[in-house]
Amino acid sequence: MVSENSLFGPLDPAPDAGYEDAPPRVGFFTDTSVCIGCKACEVACKEWNAVPDDGLNLLGFSYDNTGGLGADSWRAVHFIEQPYGVGNKSAPFASTPTGPSGTGPAFDVTAAGVRALPEQDRLGTGVETSHEVAEAARQASGAQPQFLGMPGAEPPGRGGGAESRTDFRWLMMSNVCKHCTHAACLDVCPTGSLFRTEFGTVVVQEDICNGCGYCVSACPYGVIDKREDDGRAWKCTLCYDRLGAGMTPACAKSCPTESIQFGELDELRERAQRRLEQLHGAGVSEARLYGNDPEDGVGGDGAFFLLLDDPEVYGLPPDPVVTTRDLPDMWRHAGAASAAMLAGVAVAFVSSFFGRRR
Amino acid sequence: MSADDAGEHRRAGGAPAEHQVGATPPGGGRVPHGDQAARSWEFGRGDGRRKPRGGGKRDESVMVPDAEFQSYYGRAVLKAPVWTHDIAIYLFTGGLAAGSALVAAGADLTGAPTLRRNLRLTCLGALGASTFFLIKDLGRPERFHHMLRVAKPTSPMSVGTWVLSAFGGLAGAAAVTEAAPLLPRTGLLGLGRKVLPAAGSASGLAAAAVAPALATYTAVLFADTAVPSWHEVYRELPFMFAGSALASGAGAGMLLAPVTEAAPARRLALIGAAVELTAAHRLEEGHGLLSEPYTQGRPGKLLRAARALTLVGVAGAVAGGRSRIVSALGGAALLGGSIATRFGVFEGGVASAKDPKYTVVPQRERVDARGSAKEKRHSGIAVDEDSSAREG
Ligand code: SF4
Ligand code: SF4
Repeated sequence: MVSENSLFGPLDPAPDAGYEDAPPRVGFFTDTSVCIGCKACEVACKEWNAVPDDGLNLLGFSYDNTGGLGADSWRAVHFIEQPYGVGNKSAPFASTPTGPSGTGPAFDVTAAGVRALPEQDRLGTGVETSHEVAEAARQASGAQPQFLGMPGAEPPGRGGGAESRTDFRWLMMSNVCKHCTHAACLDVCPTGSLFRTEFGTVVVQEDICNGCGYCVSACPYGVIDKREDDGRAWKCTLCYDRLGAGMTPACAKSCPTESIQFGELDELRERAQRRLEQLHGAGVSEARLYGNDPEDGVGGDGAFFLLLDDPEVYGLPPDPVVTTRDLPDMWRHAGAASAAMLAGVAVAFVSSFFGRRR
Repeated sequence: MSADDAGEHRRAGGAPAEHQVGATPPGGGRVPHGDQAARSWEFGRGDGRRKPRGGGKRDESVMVPDAEFQSYYGRAVLKAPVWTHDIAIYLFTGGLAAGSALVAAGADLTGAPTLRRNLRLTCLGALGASTFFLIKDLGRPERFHHMLRVAKPTSPMSVGTWVLSAFGGLAGAAAVTEAAPLLPRTGLLGLGRKVLPAAGSASGLAAAAVAPALATYTAVLFADTAVPSWHEVYRELPFMFAGSALASGAGAGMLLAPVTEAAPARRLALIGAAVELTAAHRLEEGHGLLSEPYTQGRPGKLLRAARALTLVGVAGAVAGGRSRIVSALGGAALLGGSIATRFGVFEGGVASAKDPKYTVVPQRERVDARGSAKEKRHSGIAVDEDSSAREG
């Protein structure tokens, strides 16, 4: 069933891998524009797949304390904090207010909120020296003491109107294995541990993998990795076990905003296109799809994304190409080098050879 | 990057400079090339065409001009290879096994018994070391035989496993026949003593036929990855490894055989060194940004050391016809050069995978060059160009 596009180009991978009557290819569409960074997907994935913990880390990368995908993180939520020029660019969402939240009235409100400190003292949640800070803030603003209750849960500026938002935005994205149409990890695996499922996804068989580590270097997205204490390679299986039982993968199931959408890939691609048009219509001109194009360097991703900035801002490669696209050419060059070796040896020995005959 | 630059850059991004959003380093910063020590977390959303500032005094020795790129907190896009130096050693021992099998076969055909015997034994030793280091590097060494459950042309490691197995059998057999003189002259074993040399020649020649594949598949093994500086040089790498393998085999010959027998080895040393050095030059100079990892830091030092050692070896090969000592020293230098080459290429690739620059910049250039509607940068670019024009 090997076709001329087996190494590169548009392809339906499951039939190409030899499945007859394969079910439709499934995948994820991760719409980052509605991601709230709650990490429910990370948790659900760990729970369902019994992925071991990878330490309690504070990485200093905003709220991303996962630090990217790896053997023990099959979903990883990335957080990006950006200044986002108001007036220069479209607002992230046309209906949400924009403007500074850290100046003028907002300062007063914050300072006044800190005046709830006696309450904090009573609850034991106060911070040392906060009284002095609050007093300084009060005097600077000239505000009168006034108890405002607990801080609100609304986003900054919502209460104060559009003019009180900062030119600042969050980008959040739940990253995952792309289940590439042309998966380099699978191509290079020397044991056959990585395989293409009937659903068109890419899965490691843990009873086969011998930890050679080739897949780790081959993946153009830096997804699959070797688990240190175990020696084998691990990554997202797109919940192969759940798929087999007709269930939705754990991450998509748990996502409260439907940022992670699971379904048949053709349908997801249409849905993504509609969402893109909707966002462009709403003035979010920076929205773009990533990994949706079957003509791209990996033949399209089974798990693709809607992004609000360049892919590299999210830690994604801007233009990944499956390394095995060039494999035939590599073998040709190796063949030429091999021939050169034999020729070199012949040249080196030829005079001795004839010298011996004489 | 100076604080000044940072401020300037922030303005270029359209955010008022007086607005400090927080102490947390934001993602999405463009980081200047060649300035990793001072890599600061940048707010900027600049246009990637930073202009020289401050009177244009720039270090002319910097090969690749400064550019900027965006990344996620400067983190690598790729996973760095999990292979350890075991694999770099394997590259050397595999190459040595291949090179010495070729020299041994040549010696066999031209009637140079010492050269033949010693290089067959060298080959056997290198083979043993290769197998050891290959298996040792596995995460699950006891499962090494899982490699043999499939034969997969899309996996250079699978191809290499089969090549190594075939070569190992043949070269091992050839080496074992060198024990023939130890057998008694009469009886059944005496028959072995007569038959073995012919069998050794046959398997030795067969091993030599497979040897080039063993020496060059490792180049495909490295090139067939997402590691930017390995993949990029896939045309040169097989020749570099082929040359290195020939030079190491020839070096072993110069080291282990009398000068009269080693004459072809000395000629082969010149050929191998020429191929290796030419390919190495193209590797280090011919690929712009992606050549950079091979010229900097430890990989750069290793590859410079490799060149120096190989040149010493070449001198030894030229002058070694009269002195066994000179010949042996030259041979040892060639072997050392081959080791340094392998470690240099290995580490250069690893360095290129660890720095997002080498992944993002070439790909971004590709996307921008295509300029397709789908990948077009969002409207921010017009603003950035305006502001940089004002600044510049
Ligand atoms: S190459 Fe990487 S992203 Fe693609 S299927 Fe393999 S692990 Fe997933
Ligand atoms: S580490 Fe395991 S899954 Fe990855 S290429 Fe090697 S055998 Fe295959």
